[in-house]
Amino acid sequence: MSISIQTEDFDLAREYEGLRQDAGDPGAIVTFTGLVREIYDASAEPGPENRILSLTLEHYPGMTEKCLQQILDNARQRWDLLACRIIHRVGKLQPHEQIVFVGAASSHRQHAFEAASYLMDYLKSTAPFWKKQETPVDSHWVQARESDAEAIARWQASHSGD
Amino acid sequence: MVAVQYFASVREAMGREGEQLELPAGVNTVAELMQFLAGQDADFASLEQGANPLLVAVNQTVVDATAAVEDGDEVAFFPPMTGG
Repeated sequence: MSISIQTEDFDLAREYEGLRQDAGDPGAIVTFTGLVREIYDASAEPGPENRILSLTLEHYPGMTEKCLQQILDNARQRWDLLACRIIHRVGKLQPHEQIVFVGAASSHRQHAFEAASYLMDYLKSTAPFWKKQETPVDSHWVQARESDAEAIARWQASHSGD
Repeated sequence: MVAVQYFASVREAMGREGEQLELPAGVNTVAELMQFLAGQDADFASLEQGANPLLVAVNQTVVDATAAVEDGDEVAFFPPMTGG
């Protein structure tokens, strides 16, 4: 059960193996990897404002670690998890690079699927990370999406103990 | 002293990462601190008029404007989070 905030990349195979070892006797491991898109909105008109040259991630050292640990602890209370892991990169990233990893190991797949999804939803809108996008046109902070807050509301609605 | 910190678009709007300030008499809550900062600095005042909601954390926990602020606290201001 661990968290890492780092500038360097991570290795999916190594993280998977780590979860497998930590879990002891898992029946299911779900992993998720988030990457930097080159085209911000594939459904929009192609244009320079829609092309990402780089993404810079800023965070609040100290609060970030506390927050991610809290998210992991909440997930462990809600599902039967044998191991879980969050890695979030910070600093300047290029298109196609990996940004974030979450992994959840459980005896049963439903717990692992749901926990991984929960970890990502909470991480996106309650952990103090901010993204700045550089395009050929300008450099701007990414706006929070309504759908991110709605994802949190769904988890809360399905569990009165949150 | 209170350690005030700014992050992301708030840091850029303020032109600095934060400041140490002596808590003035009568400032006991986040709302009162924000009112004080807005009076001191036009950049802070305009943050509250901006399109983004301004979030506040006291000692690294997100709180609302009624939360208490005491000497020795760390108070951070930032826009909605966009990690992942």
